[in-house]
Amino acid sequence: MADLGVYLHIVRAQIRSQTQYRMSFAIDLAASTLISALDIATVFVLFSVSGGLGGFGGPAVLLIAGLSALAFAIADAVFGNAERLRELVRSGGFDALLLRPLSALAQLLAVNFAPRRVGRVVQGMVVYGLGLAVADIDWNPARVLLAVVTPLTGAVMFGCLFIIGATVAFWWVESGEVANAFTYGGRDFTSYPLTMYGGGFFGRFFAFGIGFAFVAYLPALALLDRPDPMGVPDWLRWCSPLTAMIAVLAATALWRVGIRHYRSTGS
Amino acid sequence: MPRASWALITAGFRRYATYRQATFAGTFTNIVFGFLRCYIMLSVAASAGGLLRGYDSAQLVTYVWLGQGMLAVVNMWVPLDIAERVRTGDVVTDLFRPINPLWTYLWTDIGRAGFAMLTRFTVPIAAGLVFFEMHLPRNPLTYALVVLSIVAAAVVGFGGRYLIGLTAFWLLDTRGAVAAWGMLSTVGSGLYFPLTVLPEWLRVVLWVGTPFPSLLQATADIAVGRGDPLLILAGQVFWAVVLLALCGAVQRRATRKLVVQGG
Repeated sequence: MADLGVYLHIVRAQIRSQTQYRMSFAIDLAASTLISALDIATVFVLFSVSGGLGGFGGPAVLLIAGLSALAFAIADAVFGNAERLRELVRSGGFDALLLRPLSALAQLLAVNFAPRRVGRVVQGMVVYGLGLAVADIDWNPARVLLAVVTPLTGAVMFGCLFIIGATVAFWWVESGEVANAFTYGGRDFTSYPLTMYGGGFFGRFFAFGIGFAFVAYLPALALLDRPDPMGVPDWLRWCSPLTAMIAVLAATALWRVGIRHYRSTGS
Repeated sequence: MPRASWALITAGFRRYATYRQATFAGTFTNIVFGFLRCYIMLSVAASAGGLLRGYDSAQLVTYVWLGQGMLAVVNMWVPLDIAERVRTGDVVTDLFRPINPLWTYLWTDIGRAGFAMLTRFTVPIAAGLVFFEMHLPRNPLTYALVVLSIVAAAVVGFGGRYLIGLTAFWLLDTRGAVAAWGMLSTVGSGLYFPLTVLPEWLRVVLWVGTPFPSLLQATADIAVGRGDPLLILAGQVFWAVVLLALCGAVQRRATRKLVVQGG
């Protein structure tokens, strides 16, 4: 736990250095926040076409989009910079992280911390908060707990995908865009009700193969106490922490294998 | 001069042809997003009674996959390296050459777009054809117009990015300009949703006042037979010419400024 202080120190130094040029940082922060506002706006532009999405009305759509936005924003702020690993593997700069007596992964995340991404977290909180406020939720202790835990388990899921996507660079340096299909693609996928994807292979694979149904859609159904039109059993809605744990195990295992596989550039 | 431009085009093509892994990765991602957007659009159309503001499902499928295929051809999200060369001062070597850097960059980018057409365009379109029911134009002339429209879109995409790159002569740090361009071109091109979904006034502003619809939406509308195809293509050519002229004018001012600083 003593290491934690060191990481905090690195993160603080990052924040200080990146906010040195105030104007540049302000533009960066505004742009990064606006770009993710666009994704949320898209949901509502499409919602406005027929006043519903996949059979769900405004409050449910807001809740699902808010959960997805918040979970992704937290993951992006904490784990999003893992994608820098590609450059480090290519340049051999990863050696420097391995030489220090700290976790290579934690260093990777701390050293590349991007404070501009915090704007998105605030934005996600606002949308999720609005969703919770307008949705007709029959509050009880279990639902309160679910409402608090779900953005975090979703963030863990996305975080694991960021790590898995970055880890692939140990074998395949130019893999960058493939990871985007599952991270950014996952964010878009989870922003909409699952019913929109039909019952085909694509929807099933993203929802249950990767587990994106557990990020926003199923927990939102539990909060709203609505039956799933596609007949997913009710108890699965409470399983997000479990799927997040499986994701963590998968990501850690892959990271361990990957880091053993790492051969420096030799320069 | 034609020989030089041809050499630059082939050089651009061959440079990007060496990035095989990245091409594969990018194509894969385009296909995943194609599936994602396709299902979303089809579901929206279904709940709106079969038509999404005038697009039937087959037209939506064509719109979505054309958008995913053209994304890498138009390449609007990837800034040109001119900004970096201005910042480091390397642009001086570009200006020493006997060809105006505007044309050097344009021909190289056309070569890159040509390679993207063969790979990142065709594969997602094929995926769309295999997995969804796509609207295919009956008139063979439409295919020719679509190809011309894609060329115009690529030039518009180049012009916009070159102009953003030129701002480096004044701003040095182009992050803000790049972000603004990225955001406006994403929504304004109709990548996220067909522009007909927007309120009328905003649509008019986008089509008449900005080059963004020329990047993707124009080609999609020609392909699915919405609006007068010749008028849409004329609009794209207009924006391509305007942007290139603007690039030329801004570059002349920028180089004069550069001389003043250097002298």
